[in-house]
Amino acid sequence: MSVALPDAEALVAELVRQLAPRVTAETGMVGIVTGGVWLAERLHRELGLALPLGALDISFYRDDYASSGLHASVKPSQIPFEVDGRHILLVDDVLYTGRTVRGALNEIFDYGRPASVSLVVLADRGGRELPICAQHVGATLTVPARAKVVLSRSDGGVLTLQLERDA
Amino acid sequence: MRNPQLNAKGELRHLLTIEGLPREILVHILDTAKSFLGVTEREVKKVPLLRGKSVFNLFFEPSTRTRTTFEIAAKRLSADVVNLAIATSSQTKGETLLDTVDNLSAMHADMFVVRHAASGAPFLIASHVKPHVHVVNAGDGRHAHPTQGLLDAYTIRHYKKDFGRLAVAIVGDILHSRVARSLIHALTTLGAPDVRVIGPQTLLPTGVERLGVSVHHDMAAGLRDVDVVVMLRLQNERMRGPLLPSAGEFFKAYGLTPEKLALAKPDAIVMHPGPMNRGVEIDSTVADGAQAVILPQVTFGIAVRMAVMSILAGASS
Amino acid sequence: MKIHIKGGRLVDPRHGIDAQRDLFIAAGKVVGVGAPPEGFHANRVLDAAGLVVAPGLVDLSARLREPGFEHKATLESEMRAAVAGGVTTLAVPPDTDPPLDEPGLVEMLKHRAKSLNLAHVHPLGALTARLEGERLAEMAELADAGCVAFSQADAPLPNAEVLWRALQYAATMGYAVWLQPQEPSLARSGVAHDGEVATRLGLAGVPPFAETIALATILALVRVTGTRVHLCRLSTAEGVAMVRQAKREGLPVTADVAAHHVHLSDVDIGWFDAHFRLVPPLRSARDRDALRAGLADGTIDAVCSDHAPVDEDAKLLPFAEAEPGASGLELVLALTLKWAAEAKVPLASALARVTSAPAAVLGIDAGHLGIGHGADVCVFDPAAHFRVTPDALRSQGKNTPFLGYELAGVVRYTLVSGHLVHEAPAA
Repeated sequence: MSVALPDAEALVAELVRQLAPRVTAETGMVGIVTGGVWLAERLHRELGLALPLGALDISFYRDDYASSGLHASVKPSQIPFEVDGRHILLVDDVLYTGRTVRGALNEIFDYGRPASVSLVVLADRGGRELPICAQHVGATLTVPARAKVVLSRSDGGVLTLQLERDA
Repeated sequence: MRNPQLNAKGELRHLLTIEGLPREILVHILDTAKSFLGVTEREVKKVPLLRGKSVFNLFFEPSTRTRTTFEIAAKRLSADVVNLAIATSSQTKGETLLDTVDNLSAMHADMFVVRHAASGAPFLIASHVKPHVHVVNAGDGRHAHPTQGLLDAYTIRHYKKDFGRLAVAIVGDILHSRVARSLIHALTTLGAPDVRVIGPQTLLPTGVERLGVSVHHDMAAGLRDVDVVVMLRLQNERMRGPLLPSAGEFFKAYGLTPEKLALAKPDAIVMHPGPMNRGVEIDSTVADGAQAVILPQVTFGIAVRMAVMSILAGASS
Repeated sequence: MKIHIKGGRLVDPRHGIDAQRDLFIAAGKVVGVGAPPEGFHANRVLDAAGLVVAPGLVDLSARLREPGFEHKATLESEMRAAVAGGVTTLAVPPDTDPPLDEPGLVEMLKHRAKSLNLAHVHPLGALTARLEGERLAEMAELADAGCVAFSQADAPLPNAEVLWRALQYAATMGYAVWLQPQEPSLARSGVAHDGEVATRLGLAGVPPFAETIALATILALVRVTGTRVHLCRLSTAEGVAMVRQAKREGLPVTADVAAHHVHLSDVDIGWFDAHFRLVPPLRSARDRDALRAGLADGTIDAVCSDHAPVDEDAKLLPFAEAEPGASGLELVLALTLKWAAEAKVPLASALARVTSAPAAVLGIDAGHLGIGHGADVCVFDPAAHFRVTPDALRSQGKNTPFLGYELAGVVRYTLVSGHLVHEAPAA
């Protein structure tokens, strides 16, 4: 693998630095299953957010359901705070086409009407297919179109970005 | 013989019976249902999964309750739902079951939810429809009611966590019960080691023990130390005739009273597929008591039907 | 027309022949076995090398669906199916519409059959008027019109007194009565053998004692009336045992089994395949084995096709609502051979079950190749196979549980009264 990826732990620290001045006791945070939740758990802890963390599995909102079906086990979505009128940080690991974020936004709005939603991602690899951008980005990457950037978490909780060649 | 419910990839294409389905498929349905349960507790109880799909509720036998739960489930998946109550009279006018299905298929149905008085009718429909169309059995004769069996299994898992040590008693009219058959298959597939059926000989089908259950005619022995008691509905027309002398005599022997329930484990749950005949198969004190989970069953039923429909619609054609 | 069937293995169970013999036919009769009569010059020589030359089959139950059910089948389609299957004599049950309960209908049927000039047709008369099980049919009139015996077909006879009186009356006149033993109150609502399969599939069951209770009633009445009774379509192990005992006792009873019951059991229903909806229902494997044993030891005299062509719409229904019955005329020979091969029964004994034995049940001169008797002949290739497909069946009824089976025993020639009515030489 010739493309060098940044250290995920450093990017977490960078995001904490960006977000710290903007969060309040009223800020809600929601991670997208699975990598987004890992990242959100770290940010939530390090920012010391007061409200419990939410998690979204957007399987029920995917736009490729008709072709790919509902195979993998779907985790329950949960937003354990009132959404109406709240400023929400939506967290995902890697921003690519924007379709996942679209699904997540739809699902958030099925819980209520937030005052605002800001997108927080560890890495933006470009390749957008929808008019979506992130407000808080750890790093911007340039990777081959057929490659896949994935976040992994070690048993000790250390986050790492990896590149997978698509078959 | 290939299971007609699975496609070439082994994915669930139709849900016709629980019998013969791999355990992983059942667990996947139950897990998915759990996720949908979250959806039904939100402000907007709807997900866009089946948007643009048409679900036809094809009820050849009247059942408001089951039809309603399927309708709610389909609507919460954003499907378009068409309800058709087809009196058998239109069939006597010369239109066959498959004519009806062909007509509706021409209206671009994506899924048929079928209730029919004849055992096996959904199999006939499933063997006839185009590859992209899915069939859900919502109860066929005495044969199967797989979504009910799954929601019963879901309820049991919800309260008892693990099937591996459970004793479950199913009480009453097993002979005519599709609910009992589907639950028995669900429990034996999911690994429940002790499934009992309790009833008089007249209400137990020949060879029922071959389904993997033990047979009891006496409530005292049958209910001893069970974790789950499932009471079946006794149809009115069976209450007097060659099978039973009277509803009263049935209640004396097999009705679930607090005294009989005391034979089960103290934390045993009581289930009933509804609608209940209070004073025939179940005493009101029990039906409304702390151990009854009859209303949660209904709530779980919607989530289970959402799971089934979304998994079927996602199977490749 | 003089025909010389040359070089075949002649199997004539009635005369105890199983040897390479030529067969000579003239003026509709067998005129020589082994050697031709003096001055015999064949107009046609049929090469039967490698083939079996047997008496034409005698089938004890073939529904031709006329009159009344021409949308299911016609006399012509089914008689062509019969001769294609090597069947040259048919007993026709009376459950037509209207039923064969008056002489005019019987005469018409016989006349129609004769004009087709294919197989011989022997109608069974209705035992009771309109098969309703209440009033006796005019048996003597029907016998004069050509009925060989009297039967209720599958129609119930719920009243034991009517049965008793019918048997007395038939005995008085010297007629045989054919009965399918099924206690109607136990069989009425059922559609499958009352066992594990019916329980799994949620199908209403017909308990095996529906047959044995009816048999006990019939045998008790035969004991007092002495009526010659033929028991149709045995299906249970206990039923076979009762018939065995009755024969030992010397009661004048005979019995048959449907070819599908010799090979299939309730497990074969699979997921509600309506082709397996039959009356009586397919029973357990244990019952099937007992039927095969009964056939081997002669308790069961004959195998019949129980031919019942059903239109496709009547089978494309949920199992319980589908019309019962299977098309069988073209399979009965192959299915009998299959049983013989599996049960290691000699060919002549097996063929006796579809030729001489059913002829004896009918009390007619058929099912053998004696010199001077009618030349009804079936010449078949025991080694050739065919696949059972809707297209391969000449019967209008494409409904058979054996669809997709590969069966041995292909009929090459069928002769009825010395006429070649079916010809399918090896390609």
